Amino acid sequence: MSAREPKAMSSGLALCRYCELLSKFTSTHKASYCPRCGNELAFRRHEAIQRTWALIIAAAICYIPANLLPVMTSITVVGAHADTIIGGVILLYQTGSWHLALIVLIASVMIPMAKLFALAYLLITVQNRSTKSNRERVRLYRLVEFIGRWSMLDVFVIAFVVALVQLKPLMAAQPRYGILFFAAVVILTIFAAQSFDPRLIWDSDNKMEKLNE
Amino acid sequence: MPENPVACPDCDLLQHIPLLPPQGKALCCRCGRVLATNKPGANERTLALAIGAAIVFIIANAFPLMGLSAAGREVDTTIIGGAWVMWQEGQQMTAALVALCAVVAPAAYIGIIIVVLFAVRVYHPAPVWVGGLLKWAELAQEWAMAEVMMLGILVALVKIADLATVVIGVGIFATGALIALITAVAINFTPEEIWAQVQWSSGRTPVFVNTATQTVHQGQGAEK
Repeated sequence: MSAREPKAMSSGLALCRYCELLSKFTSTHKASYCPRCGNELAFRRHEAIQRTWALIIAAAICYIPANLLPVMTSITVVGAHADTIIGGVILLYQTGSWHLALIVLIASVMIPMAKLFALAYLLITVQNRSTKSNRERVRLYRLVEFIGRWSMLDVFVIAFVVALVQLKPLMAAQPRYGILFFAAVVILTIFAAQSFDPRLIWDSDNKMEKLNE
Repeated sequence: MPENPVACPDCDLLQHIPLLPPQGKALCCRCGRVLATNKPGANERTLALAIGAAIVFIIANAFPLMGLSAAGREVDTTIIGGAWVMWQEGQQMTAALVALCAVVAPAAYIGIIIVVLFAVRVYHPAPVWVGGLLKWAELAQEWAMAEVMMLGILVALVKIADLATVVIGVGIFATGALIALITAVAINFTPEEIWAQVQWSSGRTPVFVNTATQTVHQGQGAEK
């Protein structure tokens, strides 16, 4: 398989991460730089597996307070009411817009969770040197990269609800700390997706070549 | 191994890009990633779209998105107002993130693309800093979330529609147009074509590349 499908790394060629110039890259001890944009060359992203694991573990930890802590307090003449992410979804469902409730549920609860599981699955299969369904796994990775930004939805919802509902003393809305943890989950999963290197999926088909540092 | 190979960024397979017909694109034969496209006149089209996006961006940010009125009182908000109230309410970090994704990153993305496209029209080859800007454009694009913000605004509208009377502002229509224009810019912009015209940081002047093919210069890794 590998003989007929030559890899850049096996031919001593490294692709610049930024300008995508293919350069000869020989030294593994001295740092080498892309002749076009001047960035450091590497066969693979640095410590992709460790970094991605660290980021998804951090995101998983933040996911708990993000869902347990209230994200917003609404104050009306009747009293104050604190809402969690799920509480907001239920409220949206009860007020009649079930399609919007579904969108928020998918973007805020399911996408972050799915991203964590998808990245963990990719990391585990790479670490087990799996050679199965490589194409599907790279597609999964692209989906994770593409879909991640939509988790920011609830942060924007809270921001604009809070900005508008400022009719004190009649009604007011305040952001709470849950939204900070929620934003942290979104950022950490975006960073996690960026630190993973999909080329690792294809590296299992022949003996582990000397990886860059 | 064929001459002037390219490596797939997603699977590292070395392959040769054939001559592409106009509007054609080359996919990686192993993992299906788009490796090269041929969009005649892409730079001019992108520049026009980006200037349009810049104008719409200013309108979207200058006018209120929407307002809320109840019992004779009215509040309205602009895009940055969403971040500003959050900042005042003690959530500075989340506010900064909202400002980044809603205002700073889209502005940077549009601005950088306009500068880069003007630079490649004026300078041959384009100076090294154009390459630096291209990296920033990529970063800005990742964090520019106008379309997510728009959906967020719509959900927020539904959430507060029961509380009081919602007034729709000009900003919301401009934001809709902004999303369409930013998406069009992102589709038409071909960074590899710009990179091919940028002066190398190692001092080498790029060979002018026929834009119909993405020819890859095989340089020797420079050691610093």
